[in-house]
Amino acid sequence: MSRTWVTPGGVHPPENKHQSLTQPIGQLPIPEKLIIPLSQHIGAPATPCVEIGQQVLKGQVIAQATGVVSIPMHAPSSGTISAIEHRPIAHASGMLAPCIEITTDGADTWIEHEGISDYEHISPSKLIEMVGNAGISGMGGAGFPSAVKLNPGRQRPIDTLIVNATECEPYITADDSAIRERAGEIIEGIKILSAILDHPTNIMIGIEDNKPEAIAALAPHVEDSGISVVVFPTKYPSGGEKQLIYILTGKELPAGKLPADEGMICINIGTTYAIKRAVIDGEPLISRVTTVTGDAVGTPRNYDTLIGTPVRHLLEHNQFDEQAGGRVIMGGPMMGFTLPSADVPIVKTTNCILAPSYAEIPDDDPAQPCIRCGMCAEACPVSLLPQQLFWYAQAEEHDRLEAHNLFDCIECGACSYVCPSNIPLVQYYRAAKGDIRKAREEKVKSDHARERFEFHKERIEQAEREKEAKRAARREATQQAKADHLAATASGGAAPSAPATATPASAVPSSSAADIIAAAQARAAAKQANPEDQRAKLERTIASAEQRLKMAEEKLAEAINDDSGKQDKLSAAVENTRQKLEQSKSKLAELAE
Amino acid sequence: MIELIAQNPILAALVALVGLSIVFGALLGFAAEKFKVVGDPIVEQIDELLPQTQCGQCGFPGCRPYAESIAAGDVINKCPPGGQSTINAIANLLDVPAPELDAEHGVESEVKTVAYIREDECIGCTKCIQACPVDAILGAAKLMHTVITDECTGCDLCVEPCPVDCIDMLPVAETIADWKWSIPAKPGQMIATDRRGEVSPAVHNEDAA
Repeated sequence: MSRTWVTPGGVHPPENKHQSLTQPIGQLPIPEKLIIPLSQHIGAPATPCVEIGQQVLKGQVIAQATGVVSIPMHAPSSGTISAIEHRPIAHASGMLAPCIEITTDGADTWIEHEGISDYEHISPSKLIEMVGNAGISGMGGAGFPSAVKLNPGRQRPIDTLIVNATECEPYITADDSAIRERAGEIIEGIKILSAILDHPTNIMIGIEDNKPEAIAALAPHVEDSGISVVVFPTKYPSGGEKQLIYILTGKELPAGKLPADEGMICINIGTTYAIKRAVIDGEPLISRVTTVTGDAVGTPRNYDTLIGTPVRHLLEHNQFDEQAGGRVIMGGPMMGFTLPSADVPIVKTTNCILAPSYAEIPDDDPAQPCIRCGMCAEACPVSLLPQQLFWYAQAEEHDRLEAHNLFDCIECGACSYVCPSNIPLVQYYRAAKGDIRKAREEKVKSDHARERFEFHKERIEQAEREKEAKRAARREATQQAKADHLAATASGGAAPSAPATATPASAVPSSSAADIIAAAQARAAAKQANPEDQRAKLERTIASAEQRLKMAEEKLAEAINDDSGKQDKLSAAVENTRQKLEQSKSKLAELAE
Repeated sequence: MIELIAQNPILAALVALVGLSIVFGALLGFAAEKFKVVGDPIVEQIDELLPQTQCGQCGFPGCRPYAESIAAGDVINKCPPGGQSTINAIANLLDVPAPELDAEHGVESEVKTVAYIREDECIGCTKCIQACPVDAILGAAKLMHTVITDECTGCDLCVEPCPVDCIDMLPVAETIADWKWSIPAKPGQMIATDRRGEVSPAVHNEDAA
């Protein structure tokens, strides 16, 4: 037996796991409607690729992955697409999200699918592709796309594969019962993972000692396989990724680092089963084991549930007593959340539907003021200071919260569980995290807006400056011309060839007339100063001169034919035009130089 | 000399102390010059806290001019888009008491809004384009205009110049992606009978008030 380490803190809530383990994994009749949310995972929501009214077969892709960090969705049963719209989903907010609804036909006809048996001879990238195409995301809780997790784009090779069979939260027995009944397939899945990861030296299944049957079921399958089943004492929360890694390896994962950065990969045991189904059987992830438990249901047990099954369907087939308990919780009593309605569907991460009676899980007592007893700090598995975080969260002191490592909180609820004042601590942390994330987003947005505003201002100022510069240039040219003109009139007496001054009425050059002339000259000068304009003008001149020349030559030819005596005149005109053309051409050549 | 000092303990102490103070004084002086930290200018810091809507409701042409004015001693409660949280943050930064928002400059709106152009009514006058401080409106003369929603700060400066009144300020709908948990009621604000809605929160709040 390999050594295990002990995480700090933790609590021992009543396990309440035996209720749902009295019966084997059950099958439910196919529900009339299946509702498949497009976002059941971390990353971009899938994009629908079916139309309303379209017939789909079981296992057919109904939504494609959008980008890299995303997964496709498959029809969990055959039927007709009856809606693609916003529906309530399993989210604490009770808000709507895009979903695809399938009206099942009951036939449950599979689409053609084919797996491969000799995965050892298939390249890891091909296997990862198969995992991705099967729409597999982590089934433990967060729902991170497995293909992305397994993708080898990392700095160091993976030497440790950790399979998480901890299932530390009370009431939930989905993994436990799956191991009892499907140990062989699960181990097969782990072997496929091992092949994908180029056979890590260390493959461990971490499991708490409260699941002796599951441990016994795994034992015959792991013999001589290089996989070790590591059993450690039950404590909540041992199943958190970082907690489990510490328990099994003694390595503390630094904040903000992924297990892959340390050469480790941690994967849920339910996911390994899904990977086996995807590779060996060619079946996408369309069902999962879900625990239905609590005193308000008739027979607590596990079901192999189709993804998209409404929670109401599960409850109705299990004699749900609405009077005994009003609430339906998705997840366990520690980290789960109360569902806004029972019409929400089961998704790929739903491991438990808990319908407790009021006697079983009473409503929280009203919170009392914090008495600074410090029990929360003792219970915290991440060694944070929950009471300190609580004060800062109340005061909305975001800097202090971050300095006290709020973002390392795994929201396990151990602090709230032990709090003698019944303070819903985790809710404060969730709210504070949300506020901080929002503030960060707003900061990014406002920085962006500032940048755009400054660019806008800069652009306006630039335009203004250019205009001003043009104006100044014009003014200067005018003054220059005026000065030249005045100088010329002063030294040379009469203005050279100025028609305005030639009129006898204004023998003395009036200043206004001089102004006009100067302005005109300046304009001409400005025009000439611009080589682009000049070239265009010359080109125009050349073009028209060429045309004139052509016409003149034609006329000349006519005149020669007619012998009308205009020949001399016309040939002189042709010569003249030709000369002008030559002149313009040479000017253009000069300009080009 | 040494003998004189050795014989005179008071003089020896004086010399030692003066010597030490000169040495440390020089050391501190050198360190103050060498490791001088140029503090972030206060205008930058205030500008960081302002919401950057560039709406001009404060009476200045943009957020930075207002930040400059605050740094020069202006009051800090002229920014309705930032609201009380911005006032508090600036008060915290400047170490002054936080006043209430000056209603003369507008009221803090509960929901974030973005401009929306009813495109079939737009006549393409480009007036809104010129008014937009962040270049978030796209269009050309005599052609339809539209707002780039992601870039719009909701300053509503484009609404007023529109000659056909085809710009609306629409509230931004909350999505699952930006939903967040709310802070629970403070301890002591709820009593046992409140738990299952036996007493409606509204009634209780009235009592509390």
